[in-house]
Amino acid sequence: MSTIQPNIEQPVSEEMALVRRAKRGDDQAFEELVRRYDRNVFRIAQHITQNREDAEDVVQEAFLKAYSNLEKFQEQSKFYTWLVRIAVNEALMKLRRRKPERTVSLDEEVKTEDDSLPREVADWSPNPEQMYNQGELREILTRTIQGLPAGFRTVFVLRDVEGLSTEETAQALELSIPAVKSRLLRARLQLRERLNRFFQKRASGDGDQ
Amino acid sequence: MKCSEFLNELTNYLDGALDARTKSELDNHLAWCHNCYVVCDTTRKTIEIYHNSELYELPDDLRARLESAIMSKCCAHKKSEPPTS
Repeated sequence: MSTIQPNIEQPVSEEMALVRRAKRGDDQAFEELVRRYDRNVFRIAQHITQNREDAEDVVQEAFLKAYSNLEKFQEQSKFYTWLVRIAVNEALMKLRRRKPERTVSLDEEVKTEDDSLPREVADWSPNPEQMYNQGELREILTRTIQGLPAGFRTVFVLRDVEGLSTEETAQALELSIPAVKSRLLRARLQLRERLNRFFQKRASGDGDQ
Repeated sequence: MKCSEFLNELTNYLDGALDARTKSELDNHLAWCHNCYVVCDTTRKTIEIYHNSELYELPDDLRARLESAIMSKCCAHKKSEPPTS
């Protein structure tokens, strides 16, 4: 049986062209990849570690690891997804070192806390952006996401903050698609519930705290 | 459809990852269930707020310092490694 394999070469993305140049030893191409993604890696790292110095270390270590293992990158995913996987692992390692009493892994925290059926349901009106100034809102958002278990926080950050697809998130975290969806649902509902305490309170005029 | 069933599909609903029939069932549920409507709406707002929040932006000076440190570490690594093939 003859194979019906269209002999059409996939167009090489700009990202992959840079990766291939970097693999051939072109450091300028690698530097371009660093510039393209360092802000994203920093955000992801700081969301996971919740610590700026750790995040700085993670950025450096992740890019250095990517550089020194570039030959091993099989080009079966986007370079960015591969890089995120490295960065997430580095960030989780930092977290483990900082919290040795607790094992931090993406497989923990799948406990079935009953977060799925909110009890008090009130709309957020006016919008939170109108209720708080930028600094106050930033503080609320930071404190709220810090309270999420690392496994949920990581999925939420990749999927909803960084905008990776469910499939890319699954690849980057080496999780199944159902696992990503399940964690994402719990993360979203828990964040909503926690933010609700701030936004609902203000909206109903219960005072400042 | 029960509220718990709606909530189980909430992520797929918000991500537009449902077939037309299931989406229509969820739309019908939302039309009469105020609680689920509010949960759906405020969950969508939660996602939007975080997506637009610009938490942890990398300041320009730190960025320049990190980029320079990364590239010098990469150069040092290259020199320490014997050339392959």
